[in-house]
Amino acid sequence: MATAGGDVSQLLPQPLLASIEGAIEFIFSPQTSNVTGGKTVGGIDQVVELTLNQVELSVFAIGLSLLVALPIGLYLGHRGVGEWFALTIGSAGRAVPELALIALMATLIGVGVLNLTIALAVLGVPPILANTFVGVHQVDRASVDAGRGIGMTEFEILRKVEVPLAIPTIFAGVRGAAIAIVATATIAPIAGVLTLGDFILNPSIYGNDGVLAGAIVVALLALAFEFSLAGLQRLLTSPGLRLKAT
Amino acid sequence: MRTKKTRLRTAVAMLFALALTLGVAACGSSDDDTDTTAGGEGGGAIVANPDNGKVSLTIGSKNFPEQEILGEIYAQALAAAGYKVKSDLNLGSETVALRSVKSGQISGYPEYASTALTSFFGKEPEDVPADAQGAYEEAKAEFEKEGLTAFPPTPFASANAVGTLKTTAEKYDLENISDLEGVSEKLTLYGSPECRQRIDCLAGLEELYGLKFKSFKPVDIGLRYTVLEKGQADLSILFTTDPQLAAEKDKFVILEDDQEVFPAGNVIFVTKQSTVEEAGPDYEETIVQVQEGLTLPVMQELDARVELEKQTPKEAAAAYLKSAGYTG
Amino acid sequence: MTSPALLGAVGEVGKGFIQERNSDTLPCQADTSKVFCWDWARENIDRYGTPTVQHLELVVISVLLGFAVAFALALLSHRRRWLQPPLLATTGVLFTIPSVAFFFLLEPFTGRGRDTAIVALGIYTLQIIYRNTMVGLANVPESVKDAARGMGLTDRQILWKVELPLATPEIVTGLQIATVSTVAIATLAVFVGGGGLGVPMKTGIDFSTNLIIAGGIAFLMAIGFGLLLLGAQRLLTPWRRRAAT
Repeated sequence: MATAGGDVSQLLPQPLLASIEGAIEFIFSPQTSNVTGGKTVGGIDQVVELTLNQVELSVFAIGLSLLVALPIGLYLGHRGVGEWFALTIGSAGRAVPELALIALMATLIGVGVLNLTIALAVLGVPPILANTFVGVHQVDRASVDAGRGIGMTEFEILRKVEVPLAIPTIFAGVRGAAIAIVATATIAPIAGVLTLGDFILNPSIYGNDGVLAGAIVVALLALAFEFSLAGLQRLLTSPGLRLKAT
Repeated sequence: MRTKKTRLRTAVAMLFALALTLGVAACGSSDDDTDTTAGGEGGGAIVANPDNGKVSLTIGSKNFPEQEILGEIYAQALAAAGYKVKSDLNLGSETVALRSVKSGQISGYPEYASTALTSFFGKEPEDVPADAQGAYEEAKAEFEKEGLTAFPPTPFASANAVGTLKTTAEKYDLENISDLEGVSEKLTLYGSPECRQRIDCLAGLEELYGLKFKSFKPVDIGLRYTVLEKGQADLSILFTTDPQLAAEKDKFVILEDDQEVFPAGNVIFVTKQSTVEEAGPDYEETIVQVQEGLTLPVMQELDARVELEKQTPKEAAAAYLKSAGYTG
Repeated sequence: MTSPALLGAVGEVGKGFIQERNSDTLPCQADTSKVFCWDWARENIDRYGTPTVQHLELVVISVLLGFAVAFALALLSHRRRWLQPPLLATTGVLFTIPSVAFFFLLEPFTGRGRDTAIVALGIYTLQIIYRNTMVGLANVPESVKDAARGMGLTDRQILWKVELPLATPEIVTGLQIATVSTVAIATLAVFVGGGGLGVPMKTGIDFSTNLIIAGGIAFLMAIGFGLLLLGAQRLLTPWRRRAAT
């Protein structure tokens, strides 16, 4: 119904409302489609299925990124070495072109959840690594020295002094990683994992309403991840620090 | 002193990286506009008609190599006939392409008659006429209801196919798709994301052949052979015009579509009726004339040049037009 | 009514047009086990010219657009502190929404193509640039502003002659992060018809040499911009460098 192109009537309110209405309808109730031979598309079941696939893939990738980046970042940050390494990886990570990464992984290694998890983790490691380093490294030296003074082991200092103080910075990194991962997981259908990108990239099947519906749900999903992580951060920030709003 | 050195190093590094990318950019900015000068000097079959120079056409195509080759062939041929031609290839799937014609973004694009009938006009795959002329006439009639029209079909037709490694076919003794009965539950099928819901693809295999697969995984069309080679896919959705089927026939086979779930489609050029009137008779005549040489072996050859040897569709199209005598 | 444009019905390809191929004679680029084909790369590098230029256009225009808007918002909310939380929140939400989704949220209204991609990419940069600008301005010490006021400068003069210059490092850092990220994300513009280096990536998705080249160009472009802006930051803040020596 909505046509593409530089049509001025595009900008008037009517087409706008029609498309959004259609998209909302698509999310909740199954629609007919020309090409499916009678099977319905859309509807809350399909939307939930694809959303859960995307959540699963994203969580796996974030988890793998944490597994790799946290220990390295904590160690380097605590020791105060490898600053150039951590920061460069952090900056370079932002420069990785997402489509090339997914495609190269698919071509060289294979498609599917496992392979994509690794590909997405490449996007997630740099921000977590850099931020963990900075967060731990920037902890006030006096607090660290005080810890040593009362006889804490290095590991205890890390756990009881540095990490709690570094939580906001570390979480900033995790949230950055999550945004990149959830965003790229959207196009996972080109590499074997059925996520919400399926709605967005297949107007022949789902119609323009389906495309818009997919975009809306992805946006909401990304925001949901962001809020969850923000909530988690509040939980993990010790009460004494919460008073200092970040 | 130290700041001077680091500044110099930074400057060199950034200039290097940026120079590299700018060098590539400057190195070969090829135009999207096809050559508008007449290509008909010295014996070519298409001669420029100066009247056509007033007309601007934009030729589109869908988003896989065979489509881009066809788009280029038509674009270059029309340019040789004297039109002002631009190309806007790789638009997307058929819905996007049709939208682009209707909105005027492009003048026309090559569509498969079977796809038009099933996707746009809601025909069941088994009701798609098996003969090229029949399918063309039905599609054209439907298009005309919407102010569009279609030009006569190409000699070659293309269809979806279920393909697999030769070793797999031998292992399970597979010749037809029906042979998959009883076996398909153990096998994974990979296809384009669209394929999952299409009645002329997975949905058709499930409903009309009654097959259940172990799983279906969506992958980009470009990866349909990669997943077979990597051993991840037992079965993959291929196209009957794929060059790999000829060039690597010791590796890949397709199963016969004995129940005719995958309709074969000849290519028909879809455009607006108003464009036909504006552009004059050379529009349709050039396109019909230039596609006469596109038999199945020729199309497969062109597909091979682009998909296997990684030539650009533009090069392949130009070579075809020259070899068949349409351009000089 | 025969058309003068077509003579004769040629239409059969010449001998030798159709070639015999088999698995043993495939060139490097057709061989899926080869990771990188140097010869092919050398001969065909020029086909990446147009996508690279398109990509540069996408990045430069969208970052400039984003900067213009974010900077204007920062100036607007500099004195009106009540504006800052809602602006931060809004740009934050816009930042969290994946660009791919944004392309298709805009598509019904702005159509398919480069413009939609540019708007979505520009929107993505808003939060980074806005936030960095605000932080930069907030970090200007009160004492400096007081001194300026003492010297008789108006609020506007203080903003342009004192606060913004001192905030420059933060602002340029924001620009740097925004630009580097935009180069990477712009590879996805191909999905909405926006051109760029994503086009060769998608059309040659199974060809690893192609992916390495296109991805490599994108990566180097991002790094190049990053270093360029880092250098610009150093150039624009000569007082810091003097202090270092």
